[in-house]
Amino acid sequence: MAGQVNKIKEKCMADRVFGAAIIILSIITFIVIIYPLWFVIIASISNSNMVNQGKVVFWPKDINFYGYKQILQDARIWKGYLNTIFYVGAGTALNMIVTMPAAYALSRPDFKGRGKIMFYFVFTMFFSGGLVPLYMTISSLGLISTKTILVIMVLVNTYNLIIARTFIESSIPNDLYEAAVIDGCSHFRYFFSVVIPLSKAVIAVLVLYYAVFHWNDFFNALMFNSNNDNEPLQITLRSILLLNEAFANGTGAGAGGYGQAFADQVKYAAIIVSTVPILCVYPFIQKYFEKGVMIGAVKG
Amino acid sequence: MVKLKKYLRKNWQLWIMLFPAMLYIFIFCYVPMYGIQLAFRDYDFTKGITGGAWAGLKYFRQYFDSPMFGVTLKNTFVIAFTSIVVGFPVPIILAMIINQLRNKKWKRVVQTTVYIPYFISVVVMVSILRIMLADGTGVLDGFFKSLHLVKDNVNLMGSERAFMPVYVLSGVWQTMGWNSIIFIAALSSVDTQLYDACKIDGANRWQTMIHVDFPAILPTIMILLILNMGNVLNVGFDKVYLMQNSLNLGASQVISTYVYTVGIKSTQFSFGAAVGLFNTVINFAFLMITNKLSKKATGTGLM
Repeated sequence: MAGQVNKIKEKCMADRVFGAAIIILSIITFIVIIYPLWFVIIASISNSNMVNQGKVVFWPKDINFYGYKQILQDARIWKGYLNTIFYVGAGTALNMIVTMPAAYALSRPDFKGRGKIMFYFVFTMFFSGGLVPLYMTISSLGLISTKTILVIMVLVNTYNLIIARTFIESSIPNDLYEAAVIDGCSHFRYFFSVVIPLSKAVIAVLVLYYAVFHWNDFFNALMFNSNNDNEPLQITLRSILLLNEAFANGTGAGAGGYGQAFADQVKYAAIIVSTVPILCVYPFIQKYFEKGVMIGAVKG
Repeated sequence: MVKLKKYLRKNWQLWIMLFPAMLYIFIFCYVPMYGIQLAFRDYDFTKGITGGAWAGLKYFRQYFDSPMFGVTLKNTFVIAFTSIVVGFPVPIILAMIINQLRNKKWKRVVQTTVYIPYFISVVVMVSILRIMLADGTGVLDGFFKSLHLVKDNVNLMGSERAFMPVYVLSGVWQTMGWNSIIFIAALSSVDTQLYDACKIDGANRWQTMIHVDFPAILPTIMILLILNMGNVLNVGFDKVYLMQNSLNLGASQVISTYVYTVGIKSTQFSFGAAVGLFNTVINFAFLMITNKLSKKATGTGLM
């Protein structure tokens, strides 16, 4: 009897230590993730000299909005913003117009040849011509440095196509299709009046995936565009943040001293200004992102 | 003939729905594959991709004989494998920690927070790294100094030795939350009867985690490991490229950035195509090998 009690006590003790360890680990993880983000926020509104001396650690000091004023006056940021909004809007719309019908066609179990077509898509996930032949192809189409290429690049993403196909296949019962066919319904009509309304969840997921891709896309603009007028936000950001190019109102890398200090504050502000749109919508769409990962996981 | 007619009558609408996607893939994936022959030809500006004189393996030899061959291959492998070895277990551990949190609200807060970095763009990510790790003024530098770990400024962004750890750890920071989603989902579907049985047997929480939770998500772990291994050499171009500078180039020049440097920037198209093809072939071989091994070992594979 005494042994039993001791055992239970031991177990309680072990569980308590375990619970505490879990909570401590979760707090550490939380801090490690959140601190860099928090630091950028407080640094963007603090006196840059104090930031550089390491005096701004947990709370902003000597609050001012100089960085934001500078960045919002910078014409390039606005141009980048407008271009990116265009690429996100037009690009994502086209992505969906192309991906959803293809996903539907590939989801039809009675569609002969769909295995081969699937292979046609999947093969490109594992084998590609490489960067140089791709560049030459785009160049021979006359699309280098056009807005068109930045909209249609990655028009259909095979992984997203698989997510949509899997969703349609597994969550829309085939009985619906059979009933519709008896009533004389065509594929087009069935797609628009049954599949689309029932696929809202997966449409939300894909819109978000594609939109975030376009928003953050840096690679395609670097490779296939050299026209300043077509520059998306990420390229503008790179010039400001990483290449230390001068700002519209003067202070650049060479200015030294004060100039450099203010340049840093402008950088923090640029990071915030460019990331805020995604982070603002993030809490509302988080569950869709999780859902997308789940659907994708079914067939990997 | 009649069969074909019947087939078309039944399926023409499906083909129309597939057409735009297939056309895009054809132009932007299969046409470039045809253009791979550029790697075996001398590029002739006037004759286009396929018109140059046949050069055989000249450009491959040029790459294999150049000092950059060893450097780029080594850097690519080191970065890729360290990323997997360090980056793969972290999301699993994170998922288990999150799964064990008893306070629902805190659990939600942690989950929401750890996903955020995934949505930060590469450009912003590298800028944050530059700012936080800057020598003399960076937060980490100040932290090291306040602990008297170092005397001089540490320049983590401009050092060959630090490049790989900075790249890998910042990658873990950015993706661990996102990659944990799938394990959290797997954990939440564990049969609750198993937990009750554990309680009756007198197992504590740690034992329950090791003997119930872990085996429950092991199949998921295996599949993801295979997928990751197959993709291992696709070291992301963007982040490496943005983190590169003249000080760390010895450790940061990987195959994909090298293709860009020689193939696009210095317009040695044939040479760039050859290096790119080499990368693709290695990747493909790797995928095939992992797929075979996994089919043998676990019965699951990609194709």
